[in-house]
Amino acid sequence: MPLRTTAALAAGRLARLATRLRGGGSALPGLVTEKVDPAVLRHTLGSLPEGVVVVSGTNGKTTTTKMLVAVLRAHGLRVFTNPTGSNFTRGVISSMLGEISLRGRLDADIAVVELDEAHAIHFADQVLPTHALLLNVARDQLDRFAEIDHTARLLTTLGERTTAGVVLNVDDSFISRVRDVLGEGVRVGWFGVDPSIADRLPELQEADVRFEDPADRPQLGATDGLLLPSEDGRSLTVRFGDGRDVGPLTLRQRGLAAMINATAATTTARQLLDDRFDPRVAAEALESVNPPFGRGEVIDVDGAPLELVLVKNPAGFTVALGTYGGEPAATMIAINDNYADGRDVSWLYDVSFEPLRERGVALTSGVRAWDMALRLRYDGVDVGAVETDLDAALDRFLREHEGEPTRIFCTYTAMMHLRRRLADRFGLARFGEDPA
Amino acid sequence: MSSDQQLPGDVAALAEVPADKGEVHLVHLYPREMSIYGDLGNTRCLAARLRWHGYSPVVHDHHPGSPWPDQVHLVLGGGGQDSGQARVQEDLARIADRLRELAADGVPMLMICGMYQLFGEAFVTVEGARLPGLGILDVTTRGNEKRMIGPVVLDTDFGPVVGYENHSGSTVLGEGQQPFGRVRQGHGNNGSDGTEGARTHNVVGSYLHGPVLPANPWLADGLLEIAARRATGTWAPADVDDTVAREAHERQVRRLLG
Repeated sequence: MPLRTTAALAAGRLARLATRLRGGGSALPGLVTEKVDPAVLRHTLGSLPEGVVVVSGTNGKTTTTKMLVAVLRAHGLRVFTNPTGSNFTRGVISSMLGEISLRGRLDADIAVVELDEAHAIHFADQVLPTHALLLNVARDQLDRFAEIDHTARLLTTLGERTTAGVVLNVDDSFISRVRDVLGEGVRVGWFGVDPSIADRLPELQEADVRFEDPADRPQLGATDGLLLPSEDGRSLTVRFGDGRDVGPLTLRQRGLAAMINATAATTTARQLLDDRFDPRVAAEALESVNPPFGRGEVIDVDGAPLELVLVKNPAGFTVALGTYGGEPAATMIAINDNYADGRDVSWLYDVSFEPLRERGVALTSGVRAWDMALRLRYDGVDVGAVETDLDAALDRFLREHEGEPTRIFCTYTAMMHLRRRLADRFGLARFGEDPA
Repeated sequence: MSSDQQLPGDVAALAEVPADKGEVHLVHLYPREMSIYGDLGNTRCLAARLRWHGYSPVVHDHHPGSPWPDQVHLVLGGGGQDSGQARVQEDLARIADRLRELAADGVPMLMICGMYQLFGEAFVTVEGARLPGLGILDVTTRGNEKRMIGPVVLDTDFGPVVGYENHSGSTVLGEGQQPFGRVRQGHGNNGSDGTEGARTHNVVGSYLHGPVLPANPWLADGLLEIAARRATGTWAPADVDDTVAREAHERQVRRLLG
C-alpha cells in the first residue's frame, strides 16, 4: 500500500468524523481522500479476489445493487458496496472509509458498486471493473449529459473496459449493442422480460428514441434470465434457459421495474457465482430485500402507510405512475430543480399524468411546485394546493390526510429533504445507515 | 398518429365550453425524432388552450414520409439529438418548399432548438463543414465545444418569456433579421450579442425549452390568435384562468432577476 494511499485514507477518516459531527453529507470525505490520492480506488479495490462489479444505467441502479449484494451475501460472499446511493467515485470512497484498515485492506471478497453513467468512466480510469451490469438508457438530466446518445456511449465505453464478464439488457437496444465492443474472452450474460409480457416494455422505455428493432436479437443461453411475472402480477419467477428457475417469489418492492431489477441482479449473481449459485438461496435473499430509501419505501405514519417514491426522469415517473397511480392514496408531488435533480423541468411534459386524474393531487411542493401544478392542469388533474416550502407542505399533507394511505412522488433533493424530516419524526434509520 | 406521442384523448372533453368556434389544424414536425426536452408539451398546450377557448384542435403528427396535411394553420418543431436530425434531413428537404410558402404567407410556426437551427441558412460543424438549412430564418449556427445551458428570461414582442436553454450551437443573426427576444438572463443565441432566437413574419425560432408555451401563455395565445384568424376568420378567445401559469412564470422571473 503506497504511503500516499495511507495518508489519503487518514485524511478521509478525519473528514468523515468532522462531517458526522456536523450531520453533513456523504460525499465530502471521499472527495478529500481522492484529492490526496487519486489512485486510492485502484490501491484498495484492485486486489479483491472475486473482482469489482459495476452496476450502471439510467434507472434502477440503487435497487438492483441492493438486490445483487443481498444475493451474493446470502451465498456467503463478503461484499463491499456503496449502499447510500452516493453513486459518484467519491461516494464509493466515502463508503469505504468506514470499512477499511488504515493499511488499506478491505475486508471483502468482492465489490459491487453502483455508478452514475458519467462517473462509471471516471471510476474505470482508476480501477478496471471485472464485471459490469448495464441496465438501461433513458433520458435523464439532459442538462448534465446533454444527449441520450451520449449516455449510451458512456455505457458502451464502460462495457469496453470490463475485463471478465458483462450482463446486458436484451430488451434495450442501446444496451444490447454493447456486445459488439466487448474485449476478447469477456463473457456475455443477458437478462430481459419473457416474450409473453413483451407488450409491457413500452411503458418502461422511451420507444421514440429507439428507431431500429435489432433484428439480430441474441440467442439466449442456459444461464440467461428472463422475467416471468405471475398471472396476478404480484410474484415473479426468473426463468433461466437451463430450467433452474429462481422463484416464484414475492418482492417487498412493488411494480414491474423492481421485478426487472431482480431479474438483472439474479442473472448477474449467477454469472459471478457460477457453480456456487443456488436458486433457492437467491430467491430467499430477494424476498428479504427492503426497498432502498425513497424508492417505494413504505413509512409507517402512526399506523397509516406513506409511500415515498423517487422520480427523476420521464421513464421512471411513467413507471412509478403505472405501479402506484391506480391504487388509491392521497398524493403529493415535490419537484426541485437543484443540480442533482436536473435543472430543467421540461421532462415533466414527457410524462402522462392521466393515472392521477380520478383522485387528483392533494398538494404540489418544491421549488417548482407551480410548474408541476401547471403541468397537471394540462392533463386535467385537479390540484388541491400549492405549497413551495417542503416542510410546510409535508406538515399540511400529513395533517389533512391523517390515518389515510399517502404517497409522495419526489425528485432526488426533495426526497432527501423529506426523508430526513420523516426520519426525525418517525424514528427511521438515517441516510447512510440503510439497513441491509 | 404514432402510438407513443399521443395527446390525452380527452383533453377536449375536459373543457367546459362548447367547441363551436371552428377547427384549427396544428402540425407537429417529427414528434419522434425532434421532440426531446418535453417539446411535445408545446403541442399539448396549444391543443388544450384551443379547446379552452372554444375551438376544436386537430393535431397532425408529421413523421418522415407522411403525406402533408391539407389544412395547416400552425406548425411546431422541437429539439433533437444529432441522430434525430440526421433522420429527418431527407424528409425536411421534401417538404421544404411547402414550409417556405406557408412561412411567407404568414402561417405561425414555433421552432425550438434543433428545428430552429434547421430553419436557418446553415449549420457549420466544428470541423467546418457547411450544412444548408431551409433558409426561412436568416440565421447561421456554428457548432461549439462549449454548451450554453441554464434558465433564461427574455423580453419579446409577446411579453416577458421564461424558459431553459441547452444548446451547443452558437447562432448569429443575418443583417436585418429580427431576434425573437432580448436576453435578460441566460446566454441566448450566442452568449455575446444579447439576442435570443429569431422571428420572420410569424415564424419564431428559439432555443427555449421549458417547454416554453405552458409557462408563457400570452405567447401561446399570440400564436393561436394568428392561427385561428387564418382558420376561421376571427379570434374569439374565452376567459381562460391562467393563475397557475402566471405564478409559475413570475416565480421564475423573480428567482432569476431578483
